[in-house]
Amino acid sequence: MEEREYEFGLDSFMTVTVGPDGEPIGGDQVVRDTVEEGVLAEQVGIDSFNIGEHYRDDMMDSAAHVVLAAIAGRTERIRLGTSVTVLSTQDPVRLYNNSATLDAVSGGRAQLVLGRGSAIESFPLFGYDLREYEEIFEEKLELFVKLRRGGAITWSGKYRPPLSDVVLTPPLPAGHLPTWVGSGGSPDSVIRAARYGLPLMLAVIGGRPERFRPLVDLYRRALAEYGHPTDLPVGLHTLGYVAATDEEAIETQWPYWLQTFDRASRERGWRQPTRAQFDAETAHGAMFVGSPETVAQRIAPVMRALDVDRIDLHYALGQIPAVQRRESIELLGRKVFPRVRELLASDPGDHKVMAGSVAPGEVASPVRSTHAPVAR
Amino acid sequence: MSGSHDDRRVGSDAAAAATDLPATKRVGIIGAGKLGMTLARTALAAGYEVAVASSRPAERIALSVDVLAPGAVASTVEDIADSADVIVLAVPVHRFRELRSDLFDGKILVDAMNYWPDTDGEDPELTAADGGSSVVVQAHFPGARVVKSLNQLGYHELDDYTRAPDAPDRIAVAAVGDDRLAVRAVMRLIDRLGFDPVDGGPLATGKLLEPDGSPYAETLSADRLARRLSAC
Repeated sequence: MEEREYEFGLDSFMTVTVGPDGEPIGGDQVVRDTVEEGVLAEQVGIDSFNIGEHYRDDMMDSAAHVVLAAIAGRTERIRLGTSVTVLSTQDPVRLYNNSATLDAVSGGRAQLVLGRGSAIESFPLFGYDLREYEEIFEEKLELFVKLRRGGAITWSGKYRPPLSDVVLTPPLPAGHLPTWVGSGGSPDSVIRAARYGLPLMLAVIGGRPERFRPLVDLYRRALAEYGHPTDLPVGLHTLGYVAATDEEAIETQWPYWLQTFDRASRERGWRQPTRAQFDAETAHGAMFVGSPETVAQRIAPVMRALDVDRIDLHYALGQIPAVQRRESIELLGRKVFPRVRELLASDPGDHKVMAGSVAPGEVASPVRSTHAPVAR
Repeated sequence: MSGSHDDRRVGSDAAAAATDLPATKRVGIIGAGKLGMTLARTALAAGYEVAVASSRPAERIALSVDVLAPGAVASTVEDIADSADVIVLAVPVHRFRELRSDLFDGKILVDAMNYWPDTDGEDPELTAADGGSSVVVQAHFPGARVVKSLNQLGYHELDDYTRAPDAPDRIAVAAVGDDRLAVRAVMRLIDRLGFDPVDGGPLATGKLLEPDGSPYAETLSADRLARRLSAC
């Protein structure tokens, strides 16, 4: 079997951190710190640096491409992307312009994850009706896939003005701008990614990541149904924080985790977060917190169980100060990810055995699926 | 189980094990998303015949059903309305009004939906409902025997926390409704799925089981959940 190529990336939501005095630092400083973190990520050997999209006072990631372009100017190798672009509330044409420009500036290192997003503040901000999020996303994804292929575009839809024989600039060289579809676990979004023949990025932010395995199987079955190669890459976005020792990592992350989820529980009506919950999440859930060896030993089996090619780690949750964020990046790049590569090389798991065993069109369900392959 | 509550409407309940009800064999699930598929899997594991339907034709969800809940049947809303003994409504809450009002006449309809303005968008009628969203659901389906339940836990917890009846760490799931026989049937279903059923009283107390309601999204034992509901 040929060596499998993995991507080990970082995700940043550009969270407002606290300074040495324990007070939140300025948003402009957060933006500059993020650029430094992206540069550091390349120095320590990380494969990609990806920025989220939010419009709220504790996260500064409202214009990812600008920050990514700044990082591009100071790096040479690291891939630069979005951890999720809320496509539903962006204009696909503008997104193309920004992304193709980033790709040019960076010498072909741009990538994207497109999703509906779990944060919804962009809907009222840009004048979209949240109740139509499904229809909006579908239409915009269809358009974006066309735009990415290039050439003259003629298109009309409901959520943006029609395009008549339009050629967008700058042109994207063939194969550039890898574009993934993000999913929080909804079967429909998994099937949608397969329908477009786009790689799938699963976001797991709570509970055991292994429970998403059936969705990976669903993705590969759907790829076969639509006539696409069944070994398109699958990625996992999850949370983590690394320090020199388990105790240091856990005790540093805990108060910031509590603060983050306490706010989320009030905003979203979730239960109050508890230490027991944090301990469960770090022991076998979606929080990879600990020393480099501990975190590597957690990541490798999860990647095997899910049969994923890529992992994007949100590398410090909440207001953790910049100094410790940088330490987490260094340890991930220099120790954790190389160690995970080693562990996966010695035992890669049952890669795509399932996919190979399924013939296109084969569905055992009482009602036979009749999906037609997507028109290309 | 305590069995010592003064108020008969609230309590972890031996009635769930009563044998004077027609047995539920067929569980129909409306909604093929995260919650619907998880419930389908849980119900299959509990030995029920399970059908899943969504707003789309059956063949559009056949693949998801086949992979995520093997053994369940991809069906239509109409077929489920005809043939299921208990029907679980697990669609996004802003979509339930698209279902015909008389579709579930006479049927036990478990409302497992939650109204989250943050994810569903603002819905004036649901926002104004003092008795919670299930009262509005009942008004939309006046002939259905609506029971609010299976909405209080994260969908993956419905997978992870199922336990045998005598397990010490078995958690509780409440059911509320005005049709007392329907509530008892749903409690029996909850028990068989792997949770301790708690009778939370009439449908309008369902407000307590919603986001920001006190015991919402908590994994509690039956006694503790019953006490929390009585205290509210």
